[in-house]
Amino acid sequence: MQILEIAAEFEKEPHQNLLNGRVIASLFFEPSTRTRLSFESAIQKMGGNVVGFSSAATSSVQKGESLKDTILTVCNYSDLIVMRHPVDGSARYASEVASVPIINAGDGANQHPTQCLLDLYSIKKTQGTLENLEVTFVGDLKYGRTVHSLVIALCQFNTKFHLVSPVELKLPSAVKRHIKEANLQYEQYTDFSEVIPKSDIIYMTRIQRERFPDPLEYEKVKNAYILDNSMLDNSRENCRVLHPLPRVNEISVDVDSNPKAYYFEQALNGVFVRQALIAAILGLK
Amino acid sequence: MNKKRKELIVSAISNGTVIDHIPANKLFQVIRILDLEKSDKEVYFGTNLESKKYGRKGIIKISEKYFEANETDKIALVAPTATLIEIRDFEVVKKSTVNIPEHIEKIAKCFNPNCVTNKEQVPTKFKVIVVDGEIKLACHYCEKNTSQNNMVFY
Repeated sequence: MQILEIAAEFEKEPHQNLLNGRVIASLFFEPSTRTRLSFESAIQKMGGNVVGFSSAATSSVQKGESLKDTILTVCNYSDLIVMRHPVDGSARYASEVASVPIINAGDGANQHPTQCLLDLYSIKKTQGTLENLEVTFVGDLKYGRTVHSLVIALCQFNTKFHLVSPVELKLPSAVKRHIKEANLQYEQYTDFSEVIPKSDIIYMTRIQRERFPDPLEYEKVKNAYILDNSMLDNSRENCRVLHPLPRVNEISVDVDSNPKAYYFEQALNGVFVRQALIAAILGLK
Repeated sequence: MNKKRKELIVSAISNGTVIDHIPANKLFQVIRILDLEKSDKEVYFGTNLESKKYGRKGIIKISEKYFEANETDKIALVAPTATLIEIRDFEVVKKSTVNIPEHIEKIAKCFNPNCVTNKEQVPTKFKVIVVDGEIKLACHYCEKNTSQNNMVFY
């Protein structure tokens, strides 16, 4: 919660020379658009310098260097490391060998904690609170790491969950256990439209073809979870549509001009949250 | 009569350890994790033996062998009901149940092939958890749970 409060300060005044020439390493072992650019934007708005690489192909990993050796080397050149890596648990391991702080910008299918923070920030900003909201998750609830992290985080705020997905892509039972342990309610749906009027937040995700062993099954469901503008007619006044992006076709472009569409502002919030995180970790706020 | 029959089924050992009360369906997994196939000592085992407590049980007797903590941790993870009986000179000198450890390090492999412990030279660390009565290993790094059936030990 402290990070969200600091993020609000950065939103009011994004350019603050807190880093004052400090060097932040941005190690992206796999490509990313939003996360990498928003981190690098956050660093530069705070007066820091960025070193690093944007894919493993342009690093010593290609020569067979271990993660440990890369991290130990980069520690010599930087005050903090932001890393995205395709292997699960890589960020935690890096934090154990590194002499500087590590920020996990996504480790394989495991966690994407800064996305979760910016989702929380976006919800709080649009709703005025995180407490007692009805949040609807739509699409691939099985494999989407952002969904898992956000569901677990929202369990602290008396959330009522609506879970809309094809049967093949339901929320894993390990994540549902968190909801049960928090004594909260959830309902699962395969039909999307009935749940829209009950939602304060609609969190859309992309359904990927490769998740279905049988292509025919994908064809059956691919159009069942597309949000178009007319579907928001019966939505609550305070309802906002979020999406971790990139979007393919699951939100029609006609939604973009609806004031309830919030996904591009959500991506902007990522900069403030990442500024807040860097400042807090380095003891600058 | 019964006592005599049991003695005939599984030979007595003069020195070593008896692992008793192994769930019958876990006997061969215990043999595997303790690497007994490669042992050069006398090893006896029996399965589907009658047990008042558990219905059917397995038992292993290993000559000249006393277990270290990391080995009893392994046994506890797959056969938490097991009892260890130390024998010296045909006498029982110590009888103890195995304890499920809270944490284990460098004993088991993570089931997730994309875990950093399977991709880099990183020793494994797990928290041992019980979910719906089943023992699972929660990976310190990738946070995935390895269930009993998928446990592979070093």
